[in-house]
Amino acid sequence: MTEPIIEIENLGKRYLIGADREKYLSLRDQLAKTTHGFLHRFGVKHHLVPRTEEFWALKDVSFSVQEGEVVGIIGRNGAGKSTLLKILSQITPPTEGKIICRGRIASLLEVGTGFHPELTGRENIYLNGAILGMTRAEIKRKFDEIVAFAEVEKFLDTPVKRYSSGMYVRLAFAVAAHLEPEILVVDEVLAVGDAVFQKKCLGKMREVAKQGRTVLFVSHNMQAIRLLCSRCVLLQYGKVVANGEPEDVSSSYMGEGDKCTGERSWPLEIAPGDHTLRILSLKTVTREGKVCSDFPSGRDVFVELLLDVRTIHEALRVGFELLWQDGTVVFTSFHNDAEASLWPALSVGINRLSCRIPPGLLNRGRYSVAPRIGLHCIQWIVHTPPSIEFSVHVTHGSNQFWVGASSQPGVIRPVLSWTNV
Amino acid sequence: MEYSITPPKGLVRIDWPELWRYRDLFLVLAWRDISVRYKQTVLGVAWALIQPVVTMIIFTFVFNRMGNIQSGDGTPYPIFLYAGQLLWQYFSGTLTNASNAMVANAGLVQKVYFPRLILPITAAITGLVDFAIASLILAAMMIYYGIMPGLIGILALPVLILTAVLCSMGVGLFLASFNVKYRDVRYALPFAISILMYVTPVIYPVTMLNGYPWAKTAMIWLNPMSGVISNARAGLLGHSPFQWDVLGIALFVSIIYFIIGLHYFRSTERYFADIA
Repeated sequence: MTEPIIEIENLGKRYLIGADREKYLSLRDQLAKTTHGFLHRFGVKHHLVPRTEEFWALKDVSFSVQEGEVVGIIGRNGAGKSTLLKILSQITPPTEGKIICRGRIASLLEVGTGFHPELTGRENIYLNGAILGMTRAEIKRKFDEIVAFAEVEKFLDTPVKRYSSGMYVRLAFAVAAHLEPEILVVDEVLAVGDAVFQKKCLGKMREVAKQGRTVLFVSHNMQAIRLLCSRCVLLQYGKVVANGEPEDVSSSYMGEGDKCTGERSWPLEIAPGDHTLRILSLKTVTREGKVCSDFPSGRDVFVELLLDVRTIHEALRVGFELLWQDGTVVFTSFHNDAEASLWPALSVGINRLSCRIPPGLLNRGRYSVAPRIGLHCIQWIVHTPPSIEFSVHVTHGSNQFWVGASSQPGVIRPVLSWTNV
Repeated sequence: MEYSITPPKGLVRIDWPELWRYRDLFLVLAWRDISVRYKQTVLGVAWALIQPVVTMIIFTFVFNRMGNIQSGDGTPYPIFLYAGQLLWQYFSGTLTNASNAMVANAGLVQKVYFPRLILPITAAITGLVDFAIASLILAAMMIYYGIMPGLIGILALPVLILTAVLCSMGVGLFLASFNVKYRDVRYALPFAISILMYVTPVIYPVTMLNGYPWAKTAMIWLNPMSGVISNARAGLLGHSPFQWDVLGIALFVSIIYFIIGLHYFRSTERYFADIA
């Protein structure tokens, strides 16, 4: 094996947070603190101990990347992904540890950085290219290619402030995609643009990887990770918890280590909600009322919410989002989606609301349920990440092809009617 | 190409080869700041001429006609004022833009790596362009008043400009990093600049301070712009003697300011992305 192109050793990044580390310090505060520091140095004890809390965004992170690898970096919000990329691209220094790089890094942290709204598309290509580290000659050479990729030929001499958001993003990505660094660092660029353009971006990144260049790719889009990456690193609370095949790592991320829980309950003090209403528990149960986390697709799934209702508001909507394993929202359902006569009545006190997900709808895979309770068009009362999960295996459908082909793609898998007209 | 990224320690040196590699970015950013400034305006670049001319007319009226301040050496007051004002505006403009450079480009600083020094230095380049445009008025006025620039003045001009650049960059670099952390700069600077103009011989000649030797000494030693302005007048308008010693002091003090500013900037720049 050759020397890795990136070696990360025991990398750590500490941030100081707390009352006296506000983002914008005013000079007076700092003077007060400095004076206190002096007093302290001369042995004068003072009751004003500065309260700073340490927060390690990254701690003991070590892994290496070989040349030509496309490594996906995944993890929940706040896991340290962006901090890692910022250190890699030298935007912020590490607190400890070190990184050895054997190639030029260009980072694409949010496309369109440095675009100026008043300048035209043509001018912004030069501006953005220079900011990202291209020389003028390099940009000139690739100018036509960039324009063609972005599909903005007609608007080259229009200020980008008049661009549609799609055009803006396309142009920005096009400039960045034509950088030729040995290592490309990409953060969540695929969250923008329409489906066709996203596909084009993925294609471009694959092409970059094929040329033997190294790509570090942060995304929440597991499908993109699986498609593009040859390896995947999972970060959790600033630490590497998994490093390996994208398929394995991404599914352990989605399942948070395979623990599938069909029930979650909260003590009243910390139950999600506010003074009008709190959720006491959320679970998925079978027709018989048994808590379950693995359903055959041919059977009903009941989502049950146990609520402590204090006041009834007429705009109150109780429901949930059903998410698929890649985070896609399959649907959102509220107790008063149907016509008014069919709404279950809510009363002050304990309510047990149940929603039936009919059989023959869900596909094989893992689903999660995120409670959603709010006052319609006023505010959310509960809007939290998924708190329970269940998996589904396909049993519905009478055709032999159907059950056999268990990996038929799709978030849902309804049996639809076909006719020859 | 192998390099390592480690926690910063001690004094950071200036990576000249790196700055050279990024030379295109200086030009592109300076060009951006200049070309953006007059977009969607009717008068466009004319603004760069209107402002100094109007200021000159009003100041001449207020300080010369009403306040009875004279140039002291027989130079017509409008051109005397304009020469000082030209350099002063370079200084104050560069200082303002350099001080705001990091905060105004916070988005860039937090997303992309490039030598941070480029941002405040760009302010100095942009300032020189404005300076060149506003100089046209001075040239026109010199023709109108029939004043031939002295040879010393022309030869010393690069030194005068260099001193102004170093002085404004020194203070500007310091304030640029200070501004990242303490937004007090935003409020203090416009105020400080308008006060500073009165402790710089822009609207009056240094000779008016002859009765206050301590004030004159303090001005020469602490405010390099006073030496720059009085010598620019002496050299270009030729009514008073050129004072090499004063210019030497100004250059010396500017270099010290520049070194302090640069050092402070370099030692704090690594944390800009975290607190900007």
